[in-house]
Amino acid sequence: MIAVIVIIVILVVLVAILAGMYNSLVGRRNQVDNSWSQIEVQLKRRHDLIPNLVEAVKDYMSYEQDTLTSVTQARAAAIDAGNRGPEAQAQAENALTDTLKSLFAVVESYPDLKANQNVMSLQEELTSTENKIAFARQFYNDSVLTYNNKIQMFPSNLIAGMFNFTTRQFFEAPESDRAVPTVDLR
Amino acid sequence: MYEEIRRNRRASWLLAGIVVALLAALGYAIGAATLGGHSGGIGLLGVFGVAAIAWSVIGYYAGDRMVLAVSGATLVTHDDEPRLFNVVEEMTIAAGLPRVPEVYVLDEAAPNALATGRDPQHAAIAVTRGLMDRLNREELQGVIAHEMSHIRNYDIRFETLVGILVGMIALIADFFLRWSFWGGMGRRRGGGTGGDQAGAVFAVVAIVLAIVAPLAAYAVQFAVSRRREYLADASAVELTRNPLGLARALHKIAADPSKLRHANRATAHLYIENPLKKTKAVTGVFDTHPPVQERIAVLLAMAHAGPEALAAEGPASAPPV
Repeated sequence: MIAVIVIIVILVVLVAILAGMYNSLVGRRNQVDNSWSQIEVQLKRRHDLIPNLVEAVKDYMSYEQDTLTSVTQARAAAIDAGNRGPEAQAQAENALTDTLKSLFAVVESYPDLKANQNVMSLQEELTSTENKIAFARQFYNDSVLTYNNKIQMFPSNLIAGMFNFTTRQFFEAPESDRAVPTVDLR
Repeated sequence: MYEEIRRNRRASWLLAGIVVALLAALGYAIGAATLGGHSGGIGLLGVFGVAAIAWSVIGYYAGDRMVLAVSGATLVTHDDEPRLFNVVEEMTIAAGLPRVPEVYVLDEAAPNALATGRDPQHAAIAVTRGLMDRLNREELQGVIAHEMSHIRNYDIRFETLVGILVGMIALIADFFLRWSFWGGMGRRRGGGTGGDQAGAVFAVVAIVLAIVAPLAAYAVQFAVSRRREYLADASAVELTRNPLGLARALHKIAADPSKLRHANRATAHLYIENPLKKTKAVTGVFDTHPPVQERIAVLLAMAHAGPEALAAEGPASAPPV
């Protein structure tokens, strides 16, 4: 009789632990999904803001058509990469970030532009959107790290295997943020 | 980091327990001294208990409004203050919080900021006009990240509730001391039940407690507050990954000589840096904040930088695209 009770108690505790692990995995996965959608919201917002900025500055910048064209092209490429997975998307978005950087650098050298109220507020919005993308990426990557750790570490890896939880990709930082020198050994 | 938050939470509960125990002891002693004996003690303890719960419930739901009203805060939108609002949004995203806190501006020249509320869903951040005028974007980000950490770590809830209990202890003790000073107890004993020694002992205990309890409660509250300032500084760096921004902001805030007009002892512990400006190098038991120089030193150490970094404008003060 006692043995039966002990076995039942052990089983109940075991099921509770497994359920806890499963729920925690689901929670982490939802956090990853949610933080990914945060990035997408901000990327979308940046795509929407760029035409306004280009429109606002193009009359002042007749000699800088190349910079404007490259921004517009990078934007189109980034939108295009939207459904080709985090890696391709990250690459295209990082390229867009770089072109925007050079556009802002050019704006700095036009006093009229810098003083323009419309350009100033667009610049504030884009600057903030860039920051939001960076912080959303930071939070997403932290979420992915925790989630992937849970999937790969014992004992939650057993549950993850059973219910088909798969690891997620990181959203890579821009090239300029991680300048690793390439060494040619030949 | 999360271990630190957990430890902090444990310490907070312990200290909250001490404050509740102080309130109970005070209630019992005053009850026993004035109403007579054990039953009087329990009776008044019960009354205080009910009052404390009622008061806490009110404070839980309305405390943030009261704080903001007392501080003279005005609610602002994105269109009123784009930069401030954007920075708050950025830090909300970095902290992964579900909702952007309400943003308030205090019409004060002294640079300072505070957070209040009860949880991340019901939170508010207020900054002074002087802070917005004096800090660049990077520094503002550090300050907002600090406030966001108070929200994420549930410091705001703790500060509200413990603040209410500590305020209640001070009020009761003050009231009792005045009452007994004007001869309240003597009159009652003269009324016929006098002569019992237990009553006299309780009277002495009650008076001693009425003097000591508020001081002990304040000491406890401020000890928690100081711990949490360090923790919020560290969490802020976790969000911005930029210790120098916050270090420079604290440096500017500390260097400013002006005081907040609307801050008082009841709200002082809510601000990022003591708005009442007691400049001392050592921490006293009754300080709400650790010495700002020490906080700056910790942040500089995180950045592997020396004091000269405080003067320099960071590269990120250019548009951080």
